Amino acid sequence: MTTVRISDDALAIACGAERVARRFAELGCEVIRTSSWGMHWLEPLVEIDGIGFGPVTPADAEAILAGKADALSIGRIADHPFIASQTRLTFARAGITRPLSLEDYAETGGWAGLEAARALTPEAIVEQMKASGLRGRGGAGFPAGIKWDTVRLAKGERKYIVCNADEGDSGTFADRMLMEGDPFCLIEGMAIAGLATGAGKGFVYIRSEYPHAVARMRAAVRLSAPLIAPFEIEIRVGAGAYVCGEETSLLNSLEGKRGEVRAKPPLPAHEGLFGCPTVINNVLTLAAVPYVFAHGAQAYADYGMGRSRGTMPVQLAGNIRHGGLYETAFGITLGELVEKIGGGTASGRPVKAVQVGGPLGAYFPPSLFDTPFDYEAFTAVDGLIGHGGVTVFDDTADMAAQARFAFEFCAAESCGKCTPCRIGAVRGFETIDKIVAGDRAPSNLALVADLCETMKYGALCALGGFTPYPVMSAITHFPGDFVEKVDG
Amino acid sequence: MIGEGSLEAIVAAHAGREGPLLPILHDVQAAYGHISDEAIRAIAAALNLSRAEVSGVVSFYHDFRRNPDPRPAIRLCRAEACQSRGSEPLAAHAERIAGNRVRVEKVYCLGLCSAGPSAMIGDDVYARLDETALSELIGAL
Repeated sequence: MTTVRISDDALAIACGAERVARRFAELGCEVIRTSSWGMHWLEPLVEIDGIGFGPVTPADAEAILAGKADALSIGRIADHPFIASQTRLTFARAGITRPLSLEDYAETGGWAGLEAARALTPEAIVEQMKASGLRGRGGAGFPAGIKWDTVRLAKGERKYIVCNADEGDSGTFADRMLMEGDPFCLIEGMAIAGLATGAGKGFVYIRSEYPHAVARMRAAVRLSAPLIAPFEIEIRVGAGAYVCGEETSLLNSLEGKRGEVRAKPPLPAHEGLFGCPTVINNVLTLAAVPYVFAHGAQAYADYGMGRSRGTMPVQLAGNIRHGGLYETAFGITLGELVEKIGGGTASGRPVKAVQVGGPLGAYFPPSLFDTPFDYEAFTAVDGLIGHGGVTVFDDTADMAAQARFAFEFCAAESCGKCTPCRIGAVRGFETIDKIVAGDRAPSNLALVADLCETMKYGALCALGGFTPYPVMSAITHFPGDFVEKVDG
Repeated sequence: MIGEGSLEAIVAAHAGREGPLLPILHDVQAAYGHISDEAIRAIAAALNLSRAEVSGVVSFYHDFRRNPDPRPAIRLCRAEACQSRGSEPLAAHAERIAGNRVRVEKVYCLGLCSAGPSAMIGDDVYARLDETALSELIGAL
């Protein structure tokens, strides 16, 4: 009997993987559902004896089994340049294991990190984390070891580990893929964080837009509960508020309140969930932890450049030919990611702009493609890496419309607590409308710049504070999209 | 009308949890399609909160609705990655063919950003949508 491997990741399913899997089963094959390799342009991707075919429709099944589908074949998947050129530490199991198989997880090195951490004191665990150089992958890039140490040293009857799985940045999907494809990896990372800090309980707060990830994580938590005991994990579902990806909003939401931002201090590490010391890290940060302990802090720190250590699962999204998940050490340039790995636009038209870091990230023109993927290098060109999303736009994009959208999105998603964000975002898109309509464009552009300064320094959290990145980068790099309309 | 017993059952199912309000609201909405004044009153009483506190939470989150809307719904992704692949003209097309029969809702990112435009109906996800595929989805609702 032929064994056929097909992903059951939400993206594969959205591209028709269920019907393809059913067809192969009808033809008498044994169908194994795995995680996704992350080569999204090839989904549904079918793997038989290591050879990949994609994208496959049910009508292709018979030809593939008969060996008459050369046009769909991509050869050995593991040797495909998109896979072979990556450094997969966090996503090492992507495409390979069955997501809910404890057997597959253990066979591929799962739980080795937790086992190693169990032999260490909390202090030694934190020292390893510091030595690894792992920084929070949610955007701010704060060193994870220092955060853990603060919670370790904080006094509290109860402590919590909270996994922020509510980061809903457009152009990012690594969290979703990790939770759907390798849920035990996240669970193992949280359990290690529990050992390091003395926390007995963890919450994973997942955005409601990811129902497949919610179901997968719930099942994985049930299956692995005895292996991580006495540490326990509970899954919670968000309710469609983008701002709850902001850590203090998320804590309020978990407590059953409006997801309003809290002023800091106090830091969540001192007074977090229910007033207790709390580690709050995102999915990618916690999922990187098992590698650090299974292979050693130095092994992780050996990857990367400057103060950006380890790897980043980059998400190639938007109008891109070879979209998908590409994990690589820091230091690769933006241009390599877009042109070489991503193959340029899906539409075949020239690249006009690339937004890095989600809706709060800057738009870059191709002239900045030599910027290396590195926290500091992106800051130097007024951008941010954020969650590692790279969203490509071709030359049909209207950057004034994108700048307007950034304000509109901020207005729709603002928690309302601070004025710069709540009012500023509305005034922002009103003013862009005036510029586009040719109403006193120069002075209104100056007004937008001034408003962005106010939001950047006056807003309580990243939603209001980072909205200036997409707005000002669009104005700076694509002035013609704003003022040509006036001159014309 | 909300059956007293079943609402009680929902509240009771979450009573032992820390911060139970959101899980309760999710379940109430799943059971009744919306969160009524009556439900808010009952939840507030059960959790020892004021009605204003509970309705303040309900109004904060996009997922919760105060009024029933029995129409089938499709959620179209309108975030940047889908925009770069033509989601805006597609949304206009969806509104045209949906008319008043189907509710077309906005969602900001379904995590299918490399294969947009994308949409969600219930928990089912669809990617690489064009006008034909979208018309079929809406027509079948």
